[in-house]
Amino acid sequence: MPIEVLMPALSPTMEKGNLAKWLKKEGDEIKSGDVIAEIETDKATMEVEATDEGTLGKILVPEGTADVAVNTPIAVILGEGEDKAAIKPSKPAPQRKAAESAPPAKAKAQDGPAPKPAKAPDAPMPQAANDPDIPEGTEMVAMTMREALRDAMAEEMRRDKDVFVMGEEVAEYQGAYKVTQGLLQEFGARRVIDTPITEHGFAGLGIGAALAGLKPVVEFMTFNFAMQAMDQLINSAAKTLYMSGGQMGCQIVFRGPNGAAARVAAQHSQDYSAWYSHIPGLKVITPSTAADAKGLLKAAIRDPNPVIFLENEILYGHSSPVPKLDDFVLPIGKAKIARPGNDVTIISWSMGMTYALKAAEELAGAGIDAEVIDLRTLKPMDNETIIASVQKTGRAVTVEEGWQQNGVGAEIAARIMEHAFDYLDAPVARVSGKDVPMPYAANLEKLALPSVAEIVEAAKAVCYR
Amino acid sequence: MAVAQKSPSTDAKPVADFSKEQELSAYRTMLTIRRFEEKAGQMYGMGLIGGFCHLYIGQEAVVVGMQMVLKPGDQVITGYRDHGHMIATGMDPKGVMAELTGRAHGYSKGKGGSMHMFSVEKGFYGGHGIVGAQVPLGTGLAFANTYRSSNNISITFFGDGAANQGQVYESFNMAELWKLPVIYVIENNRYAMGTAITRSSAEVNLSRRGLSFNIPGDQVDGMDVRAVKAAGEKAAAWCRSGKGPYILEMLTYRYRGHSMSDPAKYRTREEVDEVRTHHDPIDMARHRILEKKFASEDVLKKIDGEVRDLITQAAEFATHDPEPDVSELYTDVYR
Repeated sequence: MPIEVLMPALSPTMEKGNLAKWLKKEGDEIKSGDVIAEIETDKATMEVEATDEGTLGKILVPEGTADVAVNTPIAVILGEGEDKAAIKPSKPAPQRKAAESAPPAKAKAQDGPAPKPAKAPDAPMPQAANDPDIPEGTEMVAMTMREALRDAMAEEMRRDKDVFVMGEEVAEYQGAYKVTQGLLQEFGARRVIDTPITEHGFAGLGIGAALAGLKPVVEFMTFNFAMQAMDQLINSAAKTLYMSGGQMGCQIVFRGPNGAAARVAAQHSQDYSAWYSHIPGLKVITPSTAADAKGLLKAAIRDPNPVIFLENEILYGHSSPVPKLDDFVLPIGKAKIARPGNDVTIISWSMGMTYALKAAEELAGAGIDAEVIDLRTLKPMDNETIIASVQKTGRAVTVEEGWQQNGVGAEIAARIMEHAFDYLDAPVARVSGKDVPMPYAANLEKLALPSVAEIVEAAKAVCYR
Repeated sequence: MAVAQKSPSTDAKPVADFSKEQELSAYRTMLTIRRFEEKAGQMYGMGLIGGFCHLYIGQEAVVVGMQMVLKPGDQVITGYRDHGHMIATGMDPKGVMAELTGRAHGYSKGKGGSMHMFSVEKGFYGGHGIVGAQVPLGTGLAFANTYRSSNNISITFFGDGAANQGQVYESFNMAELWKLPVIYVIENNRYAMGTAITRSSAEVNLSRRGLSFNIPGDQVDGMDVRAVKAAGEKAAAWCRSGKGPYILEMLTYRYRGHSMSDPAKYRTREEVDEVRTHHDPIDMARHRILEKKFASEDVLKKIDGEVRDLITQAAEFATHDPEPDVSELYTDVYR
């Protein structure tokens, strides 16, 4: 059958072009890949290559023709043994519209009324289980968050031989912040791996190992350095499951200290809570207590998705009770009411919780009964707990170390507005890091961070006190 | 600026001949890739394929030769010019083409497109759109092989453009440090988009890029599938014996533009024609087959017809397969 050569599009937005020149004439033998014509648009001149073999039977659009619509037959190629008589006049192809997406829809559109644009389905609402019951009489052991994190990794490594830990100074040095203390001695150098200082590289290597089915726990000495690896975390870790249609994903945890430490200045003091919780495909966990750190890190290591586990250097040394259980795992995506109250809801996570709880104590002295929610997981965020609390109190204050613009507090405020607007007795207040790079000077650093006094003031303001 | 590099096969060393079966099988696969890509280009021109579409035409011998080296369980990973790699690993052209057209039965259910396809079954780990990002990932695949003591290797493909990305050298360092079984195949097609290698690279002999990490490297005539396989065998033996990574610089050439919307003004038609006329991997294979009487013109014609039918069927399938259901919008974000 004779083959029609169609006017090609050079880009998805091209609708028509000029047929500048024919490089073959009727009767010429044509091989696949031969340049047969030149076409031009306002942007470029391109060569038209034959994709079929045969003889150029007939030129349908002479050279010099302007504004030839894409997909118009411009020539006919005859196969072996065919002759010109086989060429049937063909009706011109309908003009291709750049704005339309899918060809089948287009084909339909030519015959009948235009189909209605499809509406996006509702986003699924994440459902998180409640915390497991702690059996009565369970011993509570005081331990630092540092020890709790170490125990979580050790327990998971004992449980699953595909779990390994890698990062800078995690093995022989025992961890820059001693979070991996003792792991090398128990699990050996095959599973506790010191990397060169090469964040972009080892983040990508870890993701590759995870694509192959291993379960890496990758430590960033601090999350400040993970900016070097941001492309791998987002483009490779977070998106691969979706881009593969669910075929290939990666079970990997990136963990390390996040946020301001003390007196280390702008490049080493930054809160990435908002950055990572912006990304579909990632889960983001931000514990504030030793027990949550343990239960959630174990959950993160078992979770089949990439998890960003944001710790805090100042909290590493804080001690709090952890239930002594063989396998203490907490649900990802579930907030916790750290202090019940009725007058105002204070919402925070990680280091922000230390300010929030102190502020609640002060507020109690002033006769304001604050409820404090520890989000624990930022993505997926536990809407239900936030909304239920605000429906009760009618007032909310968010507390974060990160910057205010596009911050997590802004997101929480928007959710409250969307889901509890009618319950609000005052606008949501945000207490956050100030909109400056972190200063080094002790007095300025203190001012740049959220403070207990600011939270107390904000809570009083939303209570009109 | 003149292109200092020689034409790919001018300094080729003699390589071992293929058997009849190898020659015919390589010919068929290379031709399948060529016809697939021509069809993809055509369908792009018709508006059936959207976005970016990077064709592999001219480079077929590289993936086909390397694939002949692989054993079950070995992994392949590459960048965005990936259709050839998928076909070489044995992925179904229907599923690949349907992904290009963004349809439900594409390899990624239509959610990935040209640059993002995967097949766990065939050991193909993508399909990655960020230049160079596949290099640490491929190194990680090799890490997994070492971790599991599996004796499998990872073939990590990237281009001359990606060879200037920093993460490539971060990967080289770790791969040699930990003796990871990875062959870095640098497909040097002389142009990073529109920038000739002489304008982008201080050292244009890319096989030397591992020198400061003590990674050995060879320059290979990437237009001769036999030379590719021979070099691949040597590198694979090195990797499988625990000696660490190996670099193969494949001197190759893409006939088409960087992507479909590339007017290719940075090189002359004569340069393209020279490679095409004298070094085309498929023409050379065809010539050898006829010369050695491995097959007659008629048999080759029959293969050509079968390949053409296969691609026609793939194109038909990809044209009529439905788009993904709207309910797929929110699936596969998490598992």
